Amino acid sequence: MKLGYYPGCTLKTKAANLEKAAMAALDLLGVEYQELDRWNCCGAVFSLADDDLIHHVASVRNLVRAQDQGVDTVVTLCSQCYNTLARANLLMRTDDEKRDTINRFMYEENDYECNIEVVHFLQVLRDQVGWEALKQKVVRPLDGLKVAPFYGCTLVRPEDVSIDPLGGGILEDFLRAIGAEPATFTAATECCGSYQMLAHPEAGIERASKVILSANRSEADALILSCPLCEYNLGTRQPDVVGASEDLAPIPTFYFTQLLAVALGLDPEVFRLELNGPSAAALLTEKNFIAAASA
Amino acid sequence: MAEATVTQEVASDLIPIYIMGKQYQVPETLTIMKAMEYAGYQYIRGCGCRGGVCGACATVYRKAGDYKIYTGLACQTVVEPEMYLTQIPFYPANRAKYDYEEVEATPETIYKLYPELFRCVACNACTKVCPMDVEVLDYISALKRGDLEAATEISFDCIQCGLCTSRCMGEMAQYHIAQLARRLHGGKNVPRAAHLEQICEAIDEGTFVEALGEAKKLDKEALKKAYVEREMEPHMSEEDWRPESKHALLG
Repeated sequence: MKLGYYPGCTLKTKAANLEKAAMAALDLLGVEYQELDRWNCCGAVFSLADDDLIHHVASVRNLVRAQDQGVDTVVTLCSQCYNTLARANLLMRTDDEKRDTINRFMYEENDYECNIEVVHFLQVLRDQVGWEALKQKVVRPLDGLKVAPFYGCTLVRPEDVSIDPLGGGILEDFLRAIGAEPATFTAATECCGSYQMLAHPEAGIERASKVILSANRSEADALILSCPLCEYNLGTRQPDVVGASEDLAPIPTFYFTQLLAVALGLDPEVFRLELNGPSAAALLTEKNFIAAASA
Repeated sequence: MAEATVTQEVASDLIPIYIMGKQYQVPETLTIMKAMEYAGYQYIRGCGCRGGVCGACATVYRKAGDYKIYTGLACQTVVEPEMYLTQIPFYPANRAKYDYEEVEATPETIYKLYPELFRCVACNACTKVCPMDVEVLDYISALKRGDLEAATEISFDCIQCGLCTSRCMGEMAQYHIAQLARRLHGGKNVPRAAHLEQICEAIDEGTFVEALGEAKKLDKEALKKAYVEREMEPHMSEEDWRPESKHALLG
């Protein structure tokens, strides 16, 4: 063994009594070592700190801008945005020391007073509009459409930012309100494959397969999502996923907002079905929810 | 005696400033650029328009007892007592090469040429350091969401001094990325002005060749006279006003 000795800064200043005794002992015991010629501070506490505050700065800055604009609640649609903003908000509310650190770091902004609520669009539908009121506004109930509601990870995890902490079935309630039938879908809160689909495609496809298989078994006509990353893995990349296994059948995917707009009888231009796979528009046409022309 | 008093009143007091760490006594009314010249520095580079638009004289300074970084253009910023300053006339930044005719004016073009765009963590150091008060983070954010028009508008006052780049923890060259956005959006997305096409056609057809030839024949004094007496659109003229001169650049 060729032993190199890394002393650390404190042993060269205040804690010489830790070092000198040890080195003398090694000499006596006949252990050969060399003090490293070139070394720097190990990073001490900061390299082990898990606060990772810089990655909350972007979210907190958005909350400050919302505060400056005079709103009290921020609503967002993408599951990831919801999760990131909500977790930064939670951190700012529950950790005074980190809140002060971030506020001081962002000295050019107003301090974040932690009075903004971050909610997901589904919560606005549930808590502000109400399922019953939504149902009243539906002009084209999606009768006979069986839909697998996919939550993925970031709408419901971690629990303290979950939009449905008691597992009440917010997406299922939404589907019932627009006249569709929620499928019993065991993979509803599985991971879609996340960024693994790019970095480690095989692992990504394995995760996505689990979701598609569960949706197939639930005999759902379609899968709904609220996250562009889930849509990429389960929608855009679905041909790769389905192609990798004989057990899987293709299934159209929609953002939940698209089915909402269809049920409310909105202008077909806002559906933007051309951005889904062709089977999505075909399914809605087949069920007579939209005219063939809008597909 | 009275005259001497007046002179004393208007004379500037000298104040201490530190240029690259060395103290100089300079008149308190000078800009940093004038103060450096007063102190004996001669500009070869790091000085351009002296009017606050060329971006050559970006300067970083600190104030006594204050940990914050301050910036300004040397030609526009007045000295303060005890300021420590240095100019950063240039900051290395790679500019991506592209064929303007070939590339499309889409966000993907920018993402491909400058993938480091996505290293932004919204720390805002770029905005804090900008001597032109450009909201650098906001235009970077606009580009990340694919909004070339917003990036063009927000970055419009950029003078390419490079201070944002000097502070970026993502190590990107924000000002080059913004310039690409403005070129693509301004050159390919914004509709062309019809009157510009007309004038270009008129030039190609030789409409102004004769007038230019006549002007070239004039001596300096005659040219000055012609310039001063040129026909100008009167203030408060109606929209249908047209110049009488046949040499006017109007379709």
